[in-house]
Amino acid sequence: MLAPHVDLTEDELRAIKEELPGILRKFDKHRSNLIPLLQAVQERFRYLPPLAMQEVARYLDISLSEVYGVATFYNQFRFYPPGRHEIKVCMGTACHVAGGDIILENFERRLGIKAGQTTPDREYSIERVACVGCCALAPVAVVDDNVVGHMQPSKVEGLFVQFE
Amino acid sequence: DLIPPVTTFPRFSLEQRVVMEYCGFISPWDIREYIEKGGYEALARALETDPSRIIEEIEKSGLRGRGGAGFPTGRKWRLARNQPSNGKIVICNADEGDPGAYMDRTIIESNPHQLLEGLIICAYAVGASEAIVYVRAEYPLAVKTVRHAIEEARKYGFVGENILGSGFSLDVRVFQGSGAFVCGEETALIQSLEGRRGMPRHRPPYPVEKGLWGLPTVVNNVKTLASVPAILSKGAEWFRSIGTESSPGTAIFSVVGNVKHAGLVEIAMGTTLRELIFEVCGGIPGKKKFKAVQIGGPSGGCLPEEFLDTPIDFDSLTRAGAMMGSGGMVVMDEDSCMVDVARYFLEFTQKESCGKCTFCRIGTKHMLDILDRITKGEGSGNDLELLERLAHEVKAGSLCGLGKTAPNPVITSLKYFMDEYRAHVEEKRCPAL
Ligand SMILES: NC(=O)C1=CN([C@@H]2O[C@H](COP(=O)(O)OP(=O)(O)OC[C@H]3O[C@@H](n4cnc5c(N)ncnc54)[C@H](O)[C@@H]3O)[C@@H](O)[C@H]2O)C=CC1
Ligand SMILES: Cc1cc2nc3c(=O)[nH]c(=O)nc-3n(C[C@H](O)[C@H](O)[C@H](O)COP(=O)(O)O)c2cc1C
Ligand code: SF4
Ligand code: FES
Repeated sequence: MLAPHVDLTEDELRAIKEELPGILRKFDKHRSNLIPLLQAVQERFRYLPPLAMQEVARYLDISLSEVYGVATFYNQFRFYPPGRHEIKVCMGTACHVAGGDIILENFERRLGIKAGQTTPDREYSIERVACVGCCALAPVAVVDDNVVGHMQPSKVEGLFVQFE
Repeated sequence: DLIPPVTTFPRFSLEQRVVMEYCGFISPWDIREYIEKGGYEALARALETDPSRIIEEIEKSGLRGRGGAGFPTGRKWRLARNQPSNGKIVICNADEGDPGAYMDRTIIESNPHQLLEGLIICAYAVGASEAIVYVRAEYPLAVKTVRHAIEEARKYGFVGENILGSGFSLDVRVFQGSGAFVCGEETALIQSLEGRRGMPRHRPPYPVEKGLWGLPTVVNNVKTLASVPAILSKGAEWFRSIGTESSPGTAIFSVVGNVKHAGLVEIAMGTTLRELIFEVCGGIPGKKKFKAVQIGGPSGGCLPEEFLDTPIDFDSLTRAGAMMGSGGMVVMDEDSCMVDVARYFLEFTQKESCGKCTFCRIGTKHMLDILDRITKGEGSGNDLELLERLAHEVKAGSLCGLGKTAPNPVITSLKYFMDEYRAHVEEKRCPAL
């Protein structure tokens, strides 16, 4: 699912061009390194910029469509830059039973984007994740790596008050 | 004296820890704490034993695969050992894809060395020179912990060249899975290690014959491997004394939903569902009535009250229509909607289908459409019949375990809670609301 269009800044483009060769060089030119390479790229840029995927394809000598084919198969990879604040809503079994979808809906409505998207000002992005391992606190959201347990719609509002 | 000692609480008297014995009691970051508990002694002794004898001991113990299918571990190792190839690989499957379970993650994050020790013993027993721990990338702490543990083990001479002077060498590395449920399936897992889309392939040949790069490969679950050191230290007889005749040892469940004490529990196989839910986990909160329990995650089944006295072991659960599977367990009280839970799991597997088989790819989509209609109160006359037929066709027409088991939550809930489906379709109401 593609996000509303976001433009990269000059600095971001430059960083990608400058740092990519260093990342690539750490891996042997072997097909089996495709996934670890994509992971390394995403770890640095927090998503897979199209430019980077072209370079990965060239480096491993496989077609760009092959790289896209693999990257899009796995849930881990993102194709848009995430927001400054990352919101992850747990959709695992325990959280589902405890009403996790209502929490997700609240975030989506508040920000006007869907799960998997980033707000046009790149402040926030929402993702659905599976069990984060603290089911006893269900329903759970993870906001910028902080686990927020026993979520309620009113807590959603509270979180934004904190940010703003 | 009026306060009973903590050990008499059911949680403590019924729980029995083999795999998670040291979880929480030792630091995962300091190998010395594991060694102090007798860790790596089993490995040291194994390295002085003939590999075939080790496999014999595992066979005698009756250990079965904790990845869910329960295949005899000793037999798997024997098959791999007998392969003539001289490059062999062992893989620890820590992909743990069930969206409501986290026992493998807990084991790795709190006691990675036990699993590592089992993995090294396995490699020695089958004659492998390369070992891989396949952890999902969504578990960053687990990845970090196991990486650190491997480095420590290397420093102590348990990993690398000429382990403990035995002449046996083994390289261990970590691979991060990228978040596809189907990659927990062993052949898909192998595809992703080769840098491809994780699409399962036909078996046989099983991985023990042709696995990663076409080499004989043993794939074992975290809990399977973490059971090995204890079996070798305390003996196959001891292991057999826990659990049942056909499923020795313990089972670990992640119990969630409407229970007082949710969380991870390790119990002897053969414990009944009633004991687990009502004694160990404290029963249903708020004086509500028990309605059903879903066992085995998205591939498992939903059992009603009549099945509460079913013993928890591989064969009994399968006979009842559920399965051990991943070890996820959802307890539901009278206010839970069965149709919604079935829909939840199906939505999950439908999204995770790799798309190779038509029935799994499109059949589950149609099933989901029907369930969507039903839960919205828009179900019509023959929807239930259609749903049931599709469920059986998807099962029959799918290549791998994902498609073969995806309809289970629907099939079992249709079987035991037909009334609820009917109320949704005919009366357009949810009886649980
Ligand atoms: N842990 C988790 O998160 C999940 C677990 N599962 C479980 O996975 C299971 C299905 O997995 P499968 O690998 O399809 O089960 P399977 O029964 O086909 O195989 C189990 C293991 O035994 C080996 N094996 C079976 N027959 C063999 C033979 N004749 N020769 C050599 N090796 C043989 C296989 O290679 C595999 O390692 C289900 O029971 C399900 O419960 C499913 C989803 C998630
Ligand atoms: C869709 C699907 C997902 C699976 N996910 C896992 C998993 O997350 N962890 C696991 O150990 N086995 C999983 N399995 C089972 C593996 O294919 C394999 O049977 C297992 O790793 C063998 O190890 P064991 O013999 O120790 O159980 C999955 C199977 C299927 C069909
Ligand atoms: S059954 Fe489903 S997941 Fe398995 S190979 Fe077929 S399409 Fe892929
Ligand atoms: S299901 Fe949400 S934390 Fe486990």
